[in-house]
Amino acid sequence: MARRFVSIWFRHLTTDWFTVRKPELKIIPFVLRAPARGRMLIVAANEVAEMKGIRTGMALADARAVIPELYALDDKPGLASDLLKRMADWAIRFTPTVALDPPNGLLFDATGCAHLWSGDEKYLTDIKQKFMARGYTVRVAMADTIGAAWAVARFGKDKLVIEEGQHIEALLSLPPQSLRIEPEIIQRLHKLGLHQIRQFINMPRSSLRRRFGPHFMMRLNMAIGQELEVLDPVHPVEPYQERLPSLEPIVTATGIEIALQHLLETLCLRLQKEEMGVRTAVFKAYRVDGKVEQVDIGTHRATYHVKHLFKLFALKLSSIEPALGIELFVLEASKVEEHNSQQSEMWKDAGGLEDPRLTELIDRIAGKVGHQTIHRYLPDEHYWPERSYKVTTSLDEKPLTAWRTDKLRPLQLLKEPERIEVTAPIPDYPPMLFRYKGKVHQIARADGPERIEQEWWLQTGQHRDYYLVEDEQGYRYWLFRLGHYHEKVYQWFIHGFFA
Amino acid sequence: MQAAKRDIISQLQTDLLKLQGYKQTVRNTALDTGLGEIINAFPNATFPIGCVHEFLSATKEDKASTTGFIAGLLRALTDNNGAALWVSSSRTLFPPALKNFGINPERVVFVDVTKEQDILWVMDEALKCGALHAVVAEIRELSFMNSRRLQLAVEQSQVTGFVLRTDLHKISTTACVSRWRITSLPGEPLEDLPGVSFPKWNVELLRIRNGKPGSWNVTWKTNRFHVEPVVHRTHQPFIQQAG
Repeated sequence: MARRFVSIWFRHLTTDWFTVRKPELKIIPFVLRAPARGRMLIVAANEVAEMKGIRTGMALADARAVIPELYALDDKPGLASDLLKRMADWAIRFTPTVALDPPNGLLFDATGCAHLWSGDEKYLTDIKQKFMARGYTVRVAMADTIGAAWAVARFGKDKLVIEEGQHIEALLSLPPQSLRIEPEIIQRLHKLGLHQIRQFINMPRSSLRRRFGPHFMMRLNMAIGQELEVLDPVHPVEPYQERLPSLEPIVTATGIEIALQHLLETLCLRLQKEEMGVRTAVFKAYRVDGKVEQVDIGTHRATYHVKHLFKLFALKLSSIEPALGIELFVLEASKVEEHNSQQSEMWKDAGGLEDPRLTELIDRIAGKVGHQTIHRYLPDEHYWPERSYKVTTSLDEKPLTAWRTDKLRPLQLLKEPERIEVTAPIPDYPPMLFRYKGKVHQIARADGPERIEQEWWLQTGQHRDYYLVEDEQGYRYWLFRLGHYHEKVYQWFIHGFFA
Repeated sequence: MQAAKRDIISQLQTDLLKLQGYKQTVRNTALDTGLGEIINAFPNATFPIGCVHEFLSATKEDKASTTGFIAGLLRALTDNNGAALWVSSSRTLFPPALKNFGINPERVVFVDVTKEQDILWVMDEALKCGALHAVVAEIRELSFMNSRRLQLAVEQSQVTGFVLRTDLHKISTTACVSRWRITSLPGEPLEDLPGVSFPKWNVELLRIRNGKPGSWNVTWKTNRFHVEPVVHRTHQPFIQQAG
């Protein structure tokens, strides 16, 4: 899946914070001041002030010369980083991976998130509106790389959503400042007349590196996606993993079992607190000789039941070879799901498909003989007998349609219909006798035909005319004739046995 | 004097049954299997649940009628809401047909394993699981030791097990509570209507612990058994056929 990143730029992060608290500041030019080397410098200006030519870094006295009524407040040190941190915590609603981008931005890893808002455009609009509602003006851009999203958010002219694979084109018309490089390099680029990225992006890499240094190359490569940039999320996804180092190498089966029991208890305690349950788990044993032995299990429903999980592992523990000894055990729940304990409590001891004890049984069977051996059957809307049901492996899936009972079906069905020899009196009459596996069956009674046509959109071929026949001993069979009688290319088959 | 003696004997008999593992539970007595007069063949005149029943069938035709009879019993045992597990090596059962016997096929979990040993293992595990109401296993043969293991498994959980054996050349004593053999009979036409009538079987209870073996004719009609006493045996006794 192509990765997508969102960059958010707070244009007036700190001044917006003051404006939220004092709404009257919104319409007057206003700056934040901080003392530096014996004079007052402007560290942030609001939108009105910026429109009138006030820039951060100006001396307050100079700015007052431009706008005499300029309103100034003392800056709060550390406010910007505090605000960003709080914003990042709040923005977890948009994506699980939010990273800080100091001094005035946030970065989202939005891979696989935007479709929940039905599209990139709507996703960005929602982000923008949510921040606007909190009183912050932001510019939001989305692209395939962090660098490109950052550049477009700050310097992009028209489009803010860069489609997949289009990020290099979007970068071409942007100034070199958009590459997140040092001011000296930017100055040098401008001095050389390179005012747009397109002017130097195709230059030989070696000469670019020689003139502008490795940091510049790294930033350029990150923007065009040739170098991986890693986000440092505010809420790191903690793996469900427990470790148990052993004081002395473990060689006995009992030792391994104790280690597993201990790890399961600690892991399940955490899962229970977070209302999560294990779907797949791996138990790894690191041996003294550097090899890793591992066993894995899977469950059909999320669970944090220590005893049950232990039983599942116990089926496979014998495959762990301790050799000279095991020095470290690691238990990792590689797949976890939400586990609603109240709901499973409700089905407890009730019996039936919903009972957690059945799920545990199925897990044990799957652990021993494999998942592929366990099936349930649900009705499917097809007349063709082989397609009249569908297979499911889940215990929760409910039938969408009802089972048909209007036509009798045999209890035992042959995997493949088998050829038989038949004597039939007149076309479309049930046969008088048939020979199956060398034995002749005289037919005493018969029902039919029931014609089942091929479902031409799935398979082509001849139709089947089914007869339910009973021979003289009372055995009941399901026979069919493939094709029309009069076309002389028909064949007779036996397909099933009725009770 | 005579009456008092009879009372003592019947009391002793029920005590013996308890010692032999027949538990009289609420579910047990409330269970309506619809077996009619066959019920009198069982101890206490109740269908033994929480035990393993053994069925014999050699041919595909017999297997069909046997599974039909088992399906009729499953309907009573699972009672709409319950779940059953069906384990076999090569599954020939056609799930949609179970609906004709009043079972919802989606409430049956099928396990298809190839090894005979695995079938026994799965059945043993399943019989210990109280969430299930019945477990059916299709196996070729069953040794006494294995049948004892299955019997021990059900005693705690009160799950009913059905073992469907197909290899009749190796019939041995088992610890199963009963041994059945179901064969097809020609259906009785309804008022000279043409066509095939309702399924009719000859149900032979070859062995039942503490009960009376017998033979009945059973018709499956309107989702329940209709039992009539057998007039004459249409089939040869089973032992002669196997020998």
